Amino acid sequence: MKESLGATGLILNEPLLWEKGKKGRCGFSFPRRDVEPCPLDEELTGEGPDFPDLSEVDVVRHYTRLAQWNFGVDTGMYPLGSCTMKYSPKTNEKQASLPGFTGAHPLLPSSLSQGALKMMFEFEQYLNEITGMYATTLQPAAGAHGEFTGMLIIYAFHKKQGAQRSKIIVPDTAHGTNPASVSLCGFRPVPVTSNEQGILSVEAIAEIMDQDTAGIMVTNPNTLGLFEENIQKIAQIVHAKGGLVYCDGANMNAVMGMVKMGNIGIDVMQLNLHKTFSTPHGGGGPGSGPVSVAKHLEPFLPVPRVVEENNTYILAEDYPDSIGKISAFHGAFGVIIKAYSYIRSMGPENLKKASQLAVLNANYIKERLKGTLHLPYDRPCMHECVFSDKHQATQNIATLDMAKRLMDYGFHPPTVHFPLVVPGAIMVEPTETESKEDIDQFIETFKAIASEARENPDLLHHAPKSCKVKRLDEVTAARKPCLTG
Amino acid sequence: MKEISEIYLPDDVRYAEDHEWARLEVDKVRIGLDDYAQDQLGDIVFVELPQVGDTFKQGEEFATVESVKAVCECYLPVSGKIIAVNTALEESPELVNNSPYGDGWFVEVNPGDLSEMENLMTHVACMEKLKGAA
Amino acid sequence: MIYLPHTDEDIFSMLQVLGADNLDDLFSTVPEDCRFTGDLNLPEALSEWELNDHMSTLSNTMAVSPEYKVFVGAGSYEHFIPASVSYLLGRSEFVTSYTPYQPEMSQGTLQAIYEYQTLAARLLGMEVATASHYDGATALAEALLMAVRITKRKKVAISSLIHPLYRRVIQTYFGPTGYEVVELPYLNTGVTDTTGLDEMDDLAAVAIQSPNFFGCIENLQVLGQKAHDKKTLFVASFTEALAYGLLKSPGSQGADIVGGEGQSLGIPRSFGGPALGILASGKKHMRSLPGRLVGKTKDLDGKTGFVLTLATREQHIRREKATSNICTNNSLCALAAAMYMASVGGTGIRKLAQLNHDKAEYLKNKLKKAGVGIPFDSPTFNEFVVEFPSGFETTHKHLLEKKIIAGLCLSPYYPELANHYLLCVTETRSKNDMDTLVREVKS
Repeated sequence: MKESLGATGLILNEPLLWEKGKKGRCGFSFPRRDVEPCPLDEELTGEGPDFPDLSEVDVVRHYTRLAQWNFGVDTGMYPLGSCTMKYSPKTNEKQASLPGFTGAHPLLPSSLSQGALKMMFEFEQYLNEITGMYATTLQPAAGAHGEFTGMLIIYAFHKKQGAQRSKIIVPDTAHGTNPASVSLCGFRPVPVTSNEQGILSVEAIAEIMDQDTAGIMVTNPNTLGLFEENIQKIAQIVHAKGGLVYCDGANMNAVMGMVKMGNIGIDVMQLNLHKTFSTPHGGGGPGSGPVSVAKHLEPFLPVPRVVEENNTYILAEDYPDSIGKISAFHGAFGVIIKAYSYIRSMGPENLKKASQLAVLNANYIKERLKGTLHLPYDRPCMHECVFSDKHQATQNIATLDMAKRLMDYGFHPPTVHFPLVVPGAIMVEPTETESKEDIDQFIETFKAIASEARENPDLLHHAPKSCKVKRLDEVTAARKPCLTG
Repeated sequence: MKEISEIYLPDDVRYAEDHEWARLEVDKVRIGLDDYAQDQLGDIVFVELPQVGDTFKQGEEFATVESVKAVCECYLPVSGKIIAVNTALEESPELVNNSPYGDGWFVEVNPGDLSEMENLMTHVACMEKLKGAA
Repeated sequence: MIYLPHTDEDIFSMLQVLGADNLDDLFSTVPEDCRFTGDLNLPEALSEWELNDHMSTLSNTMAVSPEYKVFVGAGSYEHFIPASVSYLLGRSEFVTSYTPYQPEMSQGTLQAIYEYQTLAARLLGMEVATASHYDGATALAEALLMAVRITKRKKVAISSLIHPLYRRVIQTYFGPTGYEVVELPYLNTGVTDTTGLDEMDDLAAVAIQSPNFFGCIENLQVLGQKAHDKKTLFVASFTEALAYGLLKSPGSQGADIVGGEGQSLGIPRSFGGPALGILASGKKHMRSLPGRLVGKTKDLDGKTGFVLTLATREQHIRREKATSNICTNNSLCALAAAMYMASVGGTGIRKLAQLNHDKAEYLKNKLKKAGVGIPFDSPTFNEFVVEFPSGFETTHKHLLEKKIIAGLCLSPYYPELANHYLLCVTETRSKNDMDTLVREVKS
């Protein structure tokens, strides 16, 4: 095995912001005061917030030290299943920081915002093409926000039909956001279990689909990394009873250019630009969750819509069946620029190749690790594969122990304990931007950890050793919450 | 986690299917969560209790118990009006782990129908059920 | 392609391990009739340099400072952002990490968000603030849904001087729930008319924005008292977070929940997003808060560290019974706000807020002297409404040609306010800019 990536270097301790600084310092260059002071009525004014006063150097050192305690995709492999932690190209950041975009006000007349509107219009067309859907809104601010938008569209559709329905079918492999989005929209989620192959069976859906079910919410490929092979038949059953098919498109990175959701019976879906389209995750956002719909759902999309008229772009509000507004303005425009820039840099062939290589990487890991780790569904996977800790459990080693030990070797752990249908799940999504050498090293590392589990289990129980902190006391954090300092 | 044989099921309380216990104390019934359930949940970090004066039917959800990464709903084993809640759990939810049948009790109920106690399992029946499931 | 590292040799040897002949073979589980066999109809790939040209062409069409003098706020404000904030925010350890599920490897993000929660709570005078929401509108909608959950009541009253687009988002969120939203009218002084509240019973919440959409400062204390007398939760909102450098904080005036927009705190306007939804409450309601929370704790060695906590409220554990469906939030925007608040500091934010107020007052007085109507006489912060003479639309267009954007026309939002415009002046507008505007309006 190659030398471990994991090493320790000098990192610095750093106190909390308010334990630093001195009254009278400032890290902000004040604009010139060119008008007379004009005090506000004292009845209205408060003390001012209790912030520390810091110099620019204080602030820069503080955040530089904090940054060094973090691990990102730019640091190393981050195979977090279901999250598509692919490399975020730097040119995207550059385009999003062009002053014409960062300084743009969202409520100016459209004649003053043509570049932004043109880009949004074109981007919607690109997403329509990739998904095979008819129309797209860019307003939802994240994947779950897109799911909610999709559910509102389904709700509006049935309302327009004159008969509201009360249930949505949600498979047991779904992301937690799915049932939460369903119930936020007033629907009741009806669970359905996947079959022994890890996918939905036609019979299971036929059994529960009825006239009071508004539709089904399917993640495809699903969270076991498997393609829902029966999707067309399932869609037929749902449609025959007047329901709609929602696809959680969080895993679209597996099938760009290979499958068009619009062609296989999907009525509405969301895309996660921070997953499939390379925009960085920012330690938990901002993301962006555009929603694409089939033609019969277009009237329900949020407003305003970007419309082209004689080569000019306008924001149109006149859609009486629209669900309304889902964000104050036009969605996460700054994120959309990055995804647009990604699609333009990649072009059609490379997008398809990205999906193929993402699937290649995942299958390669599955094949090479399946002797080491238990593989509950031994079939070709898509962009991610799910193992479990069943082999190691006999040595009193759990998923979490292996995950923590990976850190010492310089890897971010995979997603753990999800999906819930696999006890002790280890969900690996390498993405296409990891090279064969890095993937080989990840595989060798996991094998080494499995040997340690047999020979020296304490190494795992006490991991990580090389991070800024050891395992943290989450029980006390939740029993006696300390959320502010 | 404990082996089934290590689970403590005292004989002075009755047990519901979802692992709540009920103890008749003169004219009121004290309710809590049994040893098996607290052990399965692990370190309990929060218990959400009803308000005094609320009334529930047998089998209705009256409380939720949270560990760091799980939530479990509790169902009232006998119908009635809540006459006391264990406020000590606000500050010290770990009492449910440390003393499930003592200081870790949840609520006291003015029972509507005492015959409902008869529907609940004895400690013997409860242990058999645990062994059967294991 | 520079982002795809596989050589042909790599692909060949990996396929061999899998016993596959080509990449298409890997998709054997996708039924034939589900496959798309054509080519995606997308523009061909651009080189980095071609992309640069293309994007600058697009961005150059946008009306922005310093070429344009934009006197429009209305929920999206132009404030100076120190280079240090943008620079630090670009650190890839912050930018390219995921939600901090593995705390040992994410202490940077976690401590930074804990500090953000603290500074946001201090700014608003509240006890707890969440790790962030999408924007002010969704934060406010979630605040109202939270009030419904806490009180188990089904009706909320919101001021008609809450940002009109926020009110539309609330309508969307409340649409399928069956909960009712009633709007409170406004007085001719430019603040909310709350007399109607006396007749309303069973309200889960009353929501007021201050400074409100007309820029006027509301009397939160009186409103809070009124709400509490009816055992209704008092929800405060805002679009201009900087105002609380100067004004009494919502918490000090009795707010139970606060939901608003933090874009002013070091986040570029960026055509309206990404933004920063700030949501805060008292400790009493912290378990009803939607969204992520970071808490302080200790590691095995007793060293201070930070973790995501109270996760049982969230969708990945409580699923359909979660306090919200939110997962990805706007963490990096919260980080920007923390860096900005740290840079400006306690002394600085007050000074900066005062400067915003004073500049806006300067323009307001100048316009008044020039004969422009100031219809609402309540005190304002950095925005105010003016009533121009009828036919001002032509002047507004004429000013656009001179690259001056003289406020936001209010009639699309308030049809009764023809010829009324909402003007905004921040520290970025010079006296010279304002004098030019007044001169042009007069001529």
